[in-house]
Amino acid sequence: MNTRELKKTANEVRKGIIVATHAAKSGHPGGSLSAADVFTYLYFQEMNIDPKNPKDPDRDRFVLSKGHTAPGLYSTLALRGYFPTEWLERLRHTGAELQGHPCMEHTPGIDQNTGSLGQGIATAVGMALYAKMNNKSFRTYTLLGDGEIEEGMVWEAAMFAGHRKLDNLCVIVDNNNLQIDGSVDEVCSPYPIDEKFKAFNFHVIKVADGNDMEQLAAAFEEARNFKGMPSAIIMKTLKGKGVSFMENQVAWHGTAPNDEQFKIAMEDLEKIGEAL
Amino acid sequence: MTNTKKIATRESYGNALVELGAEYKNLVVLDADLASATKTGMFKKAFPDRHIDCGIAECDMMGIAAGLSTCGAIPFASTFAMFAAGRAFEIVRNSIGYPHLNVKIGATHAGISVGEDGASHECNEDIALMRTIPGMTVIVPSDDVEAKAAVRAAVETEGPFYLRFGRFGVPVINDNPDYKFEIGKGVLLREGTDLTIVATGLCVSSALDAADKLAADGVSAEVINIHTIKPLDKELIAASAKKTGKVVTAEEHSIIGGLGGAVCEALSETCPVPVLRIGVKDVFGESGPAAELIKKYQLDGDGIYGQIKAWL
Repeated sequence: MNTRELKKTANEVRKGIIVATHAAKSGHPGGSLSAADVFTYLYFQEMNIDPKNPKDPDRDRFVLSKGHTAPGLYSTLALRGYFPTEWLERLRHTGAELQGHPCMEHTPGIDQNTGSLGQGIATAVGMALYAKMNNKSFRTYTLLGDGEIEEGMVWEAAMFAGHRKLDNLCVIVDNNNLQIDGSVDEVCSPYPIDEKFKAFNFHVIKVADGNDMEQLAAAFEEARNFKGMPSAIIMKTLKGKGVSFMENQVAWHGTAPNDEQFKIAMEDLEKIGEAL
Repeated sequence: MTNTKKIATRESYGNALVELGAEYKNLVVLDADLASATKTGMFKKAFPDRHIDCGIAECDMMGIAAGLSTCGAIPFASTFAMFAAGRAFEIVRNSIGYPHLNVKIGATHAGISVGEDGASHECNEDIALMRTIPGMTVIVPSDDVEAKAAVRAAVETEGPFYLRFGRFGVPVINDNPDYKFEIGKGVLLREGTDLTIVATGLCVSSALDAADKLAADGVSAEVINIHTIKPLDKELIAASAKKTGKVVTAEEHSIIGGLGGAVCEALSETCPVPVLRIGVKDVFGESGPAAELIKKYQLDGDGIYGQIKAWL
């Protein structure tokens, strides 16, 4: 996929996020939108996956450690062909295939149940370790929130990954700078994030704009080619990216758009799509 | 029971892993800096490439075990019960239990028989915690024979397991040719008519001892070994309760939420009879030699006998 196609796809992913959270009347649009570009890049460009064979033992793995941004992952998986896009309209409904947080038994394409912050990265480390122990060539990716890295368990997992030199592991931090109670530096600052991962023996790649496909492409290529250490891509992003009234607004962390807001949001994204 | 051979079930666990490791190439063992204490050091020596020391990071260890299992490994995650069921509870619940992953938790140093290390390390709450997780099989073997059989059964059965082992040597009571281990099936060790003692773990041999003493007083006690707390053999327990009309539970665990809790839950639905719960009575443990603590907390034959006599 070329950059323009990736951008257009990411915009469609964003529409799916709005559709899903609007239909659910709950959910987390802000952090789903900030990560829409990285979800798209991973599933449409970077990862070795086959939507028709979601359990392929040799596939690359993705663990959404910041599990509350499931609408972003679901929208991406639907567009990639893992399941019908109609499922997005039943997000969080009783008996639905798409649970509030990722569940591998409900949804094809989910590699690990997540939602309780800090746990996903450890399971991703387990997957990367498996590949190393069994001479498998698959890579494992995991996406964390910048608020999430306040969880101590993240650093237990990071210490192990660095110690074991898991260069088949790529940790991504979605640094949109906002968590529920405010900005991350005000709540309990995790900064400097890059220095922390360096200290845990990671190869750190800083991305100035994680909503830019070309910058993401360069970062993932560097991570893929770097040997001897796990990589951590620390990407600055904009929470709520693409929807005018949600951008950089902490209130949109875990609030769903109402009917009127839904209309405006979809119009915003429609305009962005037309301009691409 | 004084002349019987004694083996700590953590030792049985370590031996079983070495045996099974040769048969199952996808069996891996994880530790959190306690390989010598959990006895998984034996596995480490035999299969160094399949032993993973996670350092002092039990939550991470459980997460890594979960990730390994999604790829096809059979991970045994080993640490003390306090940290496996206590510290890492929520990781076990969300990363292992919720996705029904094939992770086996080998928890050693359960209960007050930890001994000298004292209350901080004596986990009397793990059975209660683990059995509330949907789909978690919870097994508390009573001796060496049963512990080895339980580890094998866990390997041969898909799904999450919590296996509870002790630090302290316990009498070997199941070394007979008829012994057969079946997950979820209790073992009727002694028939009786006046009351039923349902015991688990190291309290099984104590219960047999107590039954001998009761017999000398003319009280006929039935003794059932419940090695699988979940799924519980409700039928066997209810049938015995119906026959004897009185039930005593005995465990090296809090009287809240463990075997006693599980038996009361089952009987209240099917065969309500008076139940005396013998165990750690909603208190923290303390330091001391294991044998002395077992005596002090009345979990030996004399203690169980005395509590039953006072209750009758």
